[in-house]
Amino acid sequence: MHDTPTPGSTPAHRVSARPLEAAAIGILRAIASAAILGLAVATLAATSLATEPRPGGTLVVAAGPGLRHLNPAVQSGAHAGIGVQLFAGLVRVDDRFRPRPYLAERWEISEDGLSYAFHLVPGARFHDGTPITSEDVAFSLAVVKQHHPFGIAMFDGVEAVDTPDPRTAVIRLSKPHPALMQSLVPLLMPVIPKHVFGDGRDPRTHPMNAAPVGSGPFRFKEWLRGRHVILERNDDFFLEGRPLLERIVVRFFNLPSVRMLALEKGEVDYYPFAGVRFRDVPRLADNPDLRVSTRGYEAFGPVNYVEFNLRKPPFDDLRVRRAVAYAIDQDFMVTTLHGGLPRPGYGPLHRSSPFYGDGLNAYALDLVRARALLDQAGYAPDAEGVRFRVALDYPPFHADSLATGAEYIKVQLKKVGIAVDLRAPADFASWAQRIGSWDYQFTMNSHWTYPDPVIGVHRIYLCGNIRKTIWSNTQGYCNERVDALLREAGSTLDVARRKTLYGAFQRIVSEELPLYFINEEPYVTVSRRIVMDPPETVWGAMQPLDRVWLDR
Amino acid sequence: MRLAPILCRRLLGAAALVAAVLLLNFILIHLAPGDPALTIAGGMGGVTEEILRDIRRAYGLDAPLHRQLLLYMERMLSGDLGRSLFYDAPVLDLILDRLGPTVLLVVAAMTVALALGTFLGVLAARKPGGVVANLVTLLSLAGYSAPAFWVGIVLLLAFSATIPLFPLSGMYDARAGGVGLLRALDVAHHLVLPALTLAIVFLAQYSRIARASMLDVLGADYIRTARAKGLSDRAVLFRHALRNAALPVVTLAGLQFGNMLSGAVLVETVFNWPGLGLLAFESILRHDHPTVLGILFFATAMVVAANLLTDIAYRIVDPRIRAGTAATGNPR
Repeated sequence: MHDTPTPGSTPAHRVSARPLEAAAIGILRAIASAAILGLAVATLAATSLATEPRPGGTLVVAAGPGLRHLNPAVQSGAHAGIGVQLFAGLVRVDDRFRPRPYLAERWEISEDGLSYAFHLVPGARFHDGTPITSEDVAFSLAVVKQHHPFGIAMFDGVEAVDTPDPRTAVIRLSKPHPALMQSLVPLLMPVIPKHVFGDGRDPRTHPMNAAPVGSGPFRFKEWLRGRHVILERNDDFFLEGRPLLERIVVRFFNLPSVRMLALEKGEVDYYPFAGVRFRDVPRLADNPDLRVSTRGYEAFGPVNYVEFNLRKPPFDDLRVRRAVAYAIDQDFMVTTLHGGLPRPGYGPLHRSSPFYGDGLNAYALDLVRARALLDQAGYAPDAEGVRFRVALDYPPFHADSLATGAEYIKVQLKKVGIAVDLRAPADFASWAQRIGSWDYQFTMNSHWTYPDPVIGVHRIYLCGNIRKTIWSNTQGYCNERVDALLREAGSTLDVARRKTLYGAFQRIVSEELPLYFINEEPYVTVSRRIVMDPPETVWGAMQPLDRVWLDR
Repeated sequence: MRLAPILCRRLLGAAALVAAVLLLNFILIHLAPGDPALTIAGGMGGVTEEILRDIRRAYGLDAPLHRQLLLYMERMLSGDLGRSLFYDAPVLDLILDRLGPTVLLVVAAMTVALALGTFLGVLAARKPGGVVANLVTLLSLAGYSAPAFWVGIVLLLAFSATIPLFPLSGMYDARAGGVGLLRALDVAHHLVLPALTLAIVFLAQYSRIARASMLDVLGADYIRTARAKGLSDRAVLFRHALRNAALPVVTLAGLQFGNMLSGAVLVETVFNWPGLGLLAFESILRHDHPTVLGILFFATAMVVAANLLTDIAYRIVDPRIRAGTAATGNPR
């Protein structure tokens, strides 16, 4: 029974009225207060524990099939991300592309921009205990320059790497190289051990590529091809207290749907570069156990576009290319077809690039203008309204943007009298061979622009890079003015000047349309909420996972 | 008739068959469009022509086709299946690594399909037209009509995603890291859904054949005699009828081995079962010719071996064949 206090009565009054009961209530109150206080302290402690990084645990990462080996010095692609855990680089970059110390604790750049001196962290060792020296840095750069798929683009201007002492590596350049620092991250220039890979064997087929001795936060433990890779914490890592995870298990899945189910079921914790269909993103974001992010990956800067073969009719005619651009409703593609997830693309640079130029021609939908341009080009419609017939190829990757986009473009171009035959690829290699041998009319395509245009963009537009290999200037575009702009932008360190030069370059490309830009491909990372501090820098998950921890 | 000469003849025929299949496979695979060097170079960064040329030279892809064929045949005769273009590892190692999981999957599926299919067939034959018989027919039809990858995905959604009885994919839990008996149990747990998926498709065929064969046998004079002797229903069915009716089922099992291997490609892909099927699927997409050829060689050899074993099993199951008296192949 509770005593109901009368209006105006006070606890003190009641205590004096019923001393025993009042004493009991007092004790109970004290206990309750203590309990509440205890609970509060416990909650506070739990909260602070939850936000305080804790070491230990196994992170299971989902990946698609296709890991050839574990040495990122001689390969590129999404799987090189495993190598980033195994190998350290001289620097890493923050979310504004600014270089930050990693294996190099500091560096000096000469006044003329032709010499970069890097000072290595003292006591850094490879996983077999051998000290990491400047000799290893020089060796790694030479291997990357010679054997990485775009090593030349990154390090063509490197004359030599001097090693005045074991802890100092001096990179000497023949001309200023604005993208040098961006090229020294672990993904692009991993520091590999000279005493292992420098034995005279071809680094591309070196047996240790399958079980490497690394320099990064995690050591190699096991690779069962097609099943998983297991990495273990490097207790001798040169950054104190890192990494936090005990193990990383990378599991390979063939079907993206099964990969996603595994994540939803908790068999997998982290799925970077998730091949998620755009329409699935809202559903996944609604799952309280999952965190869906499109942050990061700006350093890849993937742009999707329609590429015209400029060597043959009808796309050798600018009016036809512009007609195609005016016939496509880019806004519809991005907002309706792709669910608003990707951002529209208007030019050759990714929006995240510091050199991205505004005010480019957006080619708003205008079917009347498109038809008029085709008339001017001499492509009159026949009795059935068809002006000409062309084949549109598309690759197997970025399917939501590119395959779906191709279907849409076929419908739109029919409206202006262009009959399109879609040519689905048997596989990546078949498509790449067709484009690489210039045996196509127009194709959906995509490439990474990388953190600096020197690495990822110049190759697509330079006259000297018209090559029979994909992701070069396969469309056969050549404009001397563009060449001059890119040459100058690629050899000056003045950011403002570069911005001006790239601005002019973007305007020309946007007007001449060797490529018609559709959108910027969003890369999605899906992780379980227990995964704390996943890297969301410009390299996305291709960063060392040394700060990641699990809140289990 | 003695077994040894027949076996010798069959073995010679089998070797010729394997050689012919090898040649055909080689030509067909190299006729397909696509440049493996591009897959080897990989990545979205683009690659220079010089690097592609280096890769082609390093892997012998720049040699004329007839030269590549000669080299391949030479290597095969010395027992060398070549190196994987993709993994840059010996193809034999890759195959041996993946052979175990596939054999485990196929044997488990075949055992389930054979045992359950035959049992259902016998049940259906016992009272043709009855409820059980109709139910078995219905299930058989459904199982036979459904594609393996669809059955797999439905089972995954039902018994892994919705009712979490079984793991979703893979062969064991790499996070758990168990060894010995724990690992074996983990593998068995992972095996249930893929084996069941593969079994369901073939179970239908076994039950139909077993039913038809049993119906045939149950009308025979010796069954009537057995019943007249007062033998129990079970003894008549399983000791007398089934033994005679089993021959077509055994025949089918041998013939189906190849189909089961091809079914394994789909099932392994859906369940991420790390077997030969999954390796074949990946290698075809990567234009990894030596690996695809190696797998096809193994698959051919396994199918030929299965057919040889079926021949031998015939002779064990039916003594008349051993004696060379059942030229018509009719068990009665």
